[in-house]
Amino acid sequence: MKNFAKTREKIAFTILGLATFIVVLPILLTIYYVVSNGSPAVTWEFLSKSPTNGMTEGGIFPAILGTVILIIGTMICSLPIGILSAIYLVEYAKDNLFTRLIKLSVVNLSGIPSIVYGLFGFTLFVVFFRLGTSIVAGALTLAIMSLPVIITATKEALESVPNTYREISLSLGATKWQTVRYCVLPYAIPGILTGTVLSLSRAAGETAPILFTVAAFYLTQLPHSIFDQVMALPYHLYVISTQVPNMPTQISFATGFVLIALVFIMNLFSIILRAHYRKKKQW
Amino acid sequence: MVNKQAMIQTVNLNCFYGSNHVLRDLNIEIMKNEIFGIIGPANSGKTTFLRALNRLNDVKAGYSQKGAILFENQNAADLPDNLLRKKIGIIFALPQVLPVTIYQNVAYGPKVHGITNKSTVDGIVEMSLKRSYLWDEVKDRLSLPAPRLSGGQQQRLCIARTLAVEPDVILYDEPCSGLDPISTAKVEDAMGELKANYTQILVTNNTKQAARVADRTAFFLMGEMIEVDDTDVIFTNPRDKRTDDYVTGRFG
Repeated sequence: MKNFAKTREKIAFTILGLATFIVVLPILLTIYYVVSNGSPAVTWEFLSKSPTNGMTEGGIFPAILGTVILIIGTMICSLPIGILSAIYLVEYAKDNLFTRLIKLSVVNLSGIPSIVYGLFGFTLFVVFFRLGTSIVAGALTLAIMSLPVIITATKEALESVPNTYREISLSLGATKWQTVRYCVLPYAIPGILTGTVLSLSRAAGETAPILFTVAAFYLTQLPHSIFDQVMALPYHLYVISTQVPNMPTQISFATGFVLIALVFIMNLFSIILRAHYRKKKQW
Repeated sequence: MVNKQAMIQTVNLNCFYGSNHVLRDLNIEIMKNEIFGIIGPANSGKTTFLRALNRLNDVKAGYSQKGAILFENQNAADLPDNLLRKKIGIIFALPQVLPVTIYQNVAYGPKVHGITNKSTVDGIVEMSLKRSYLWDEVKDRLSLPAPRLSGGQQQRLCIARTLAVEPDVILYDEPCSGLDPISTAKVEDAMGELKANYTQILVTNNTKQAARVADRTAFFLMGEMIEVDDTDVIFTNPRDKRTDDYVTGRFG
């Protein structure tokens, strides 16, 4: 007798495996393509010098520096607000129509196209608050774009902490805040880190939000204050790929390679932190 | 042996989850140093009653209550909830330990109440573990993750954790429902020893357990207290037929 159930299982596994392969393939191909085309051009000079000769020669140091500054600025503006508001929403806010509305809009905000955030940041920070096209305006715009993702990730991390931990803590006479501080946050940190780094990586690679708020086509000198413009990797990549004639493709790929590497380093950092926290947790 | 002084009184206590009326007109007096047993079938409001006493119901959405709970002749609603919960500890049905070491589980309570001196905390941890009959089994491995203990050991760890904040009352919510008979006996031994210093309220599905350890026993059914009396009266000569049916296993 034929074992039909087993045959069907094999078919199902094949389909599932194929789907996973299709997901992974483009990522691997992209990385391979960028790395193989770009890596010969990534030299110490490329990383440490300014572009010269209409950007077709020299390095991309100002753009790397600009992106790093923007990520740090975004982190400073979005992390505290995002994490604190998520703690409030999960642990303190009463479950009523108003808070449900807030939660719903936070989720929906993460689906807004980044160019809309760019326009919003331009109108609010650059024009209305007269910050001009500057690092502050760009970092604030990126921060607003990152907030929904940070809040959603933090919220999910907090909600995944078993309710029994809260009950144990409360039943021993701890206050709500002590409970959150000692019995909820320590177990939510790995999840919060993952979501946060993911959203910051996205912010690092976005072009549209910085287009009108901070990014410069070409600057002769590095920024002096947070009210200066900077060059940034994604915008630089866009510019050299579309606006500069006779651009050696090697340089474009090398720039893309550096951007990917930067994001990868950030993720690596979060993986190390996560492993550190997991070691402290004892199941 | 049982002191005549009331520790906890409820006055016309009514509890609701949304529109669901889970406890009706409870008037109960629980004396100091007694073990007060509560028996009854599932969904009769036993757990809700326990959690009303230390206001753990308050954190659940849709919960409301009417009537008063007096704790040492003081309206419990006037006390800050964290102080009330410090004085009225609870042991949950399934052993629930925090995913940290044995030591940290017991030291958590003292820590949130501002006791930071290492040797003071060490003393509290040792004393609490001794009182819950766990010390001899764990004294050499206090830094072991608590979840690695057996179920019975975990439940006694939970008792130690509650004792560490020096409560006046200990609530037990079916504390032995997941334990084997030997572990159950150890938990019951601990309860007997604790009688000298604490008022204990035991909710149990196991009527025999109430018969073994409780001084007085109340029978709950569908959110009402049918009867309360000395334990041997409840089990041998109850006034209400429903109580008789339940304790003799003819219920339903």
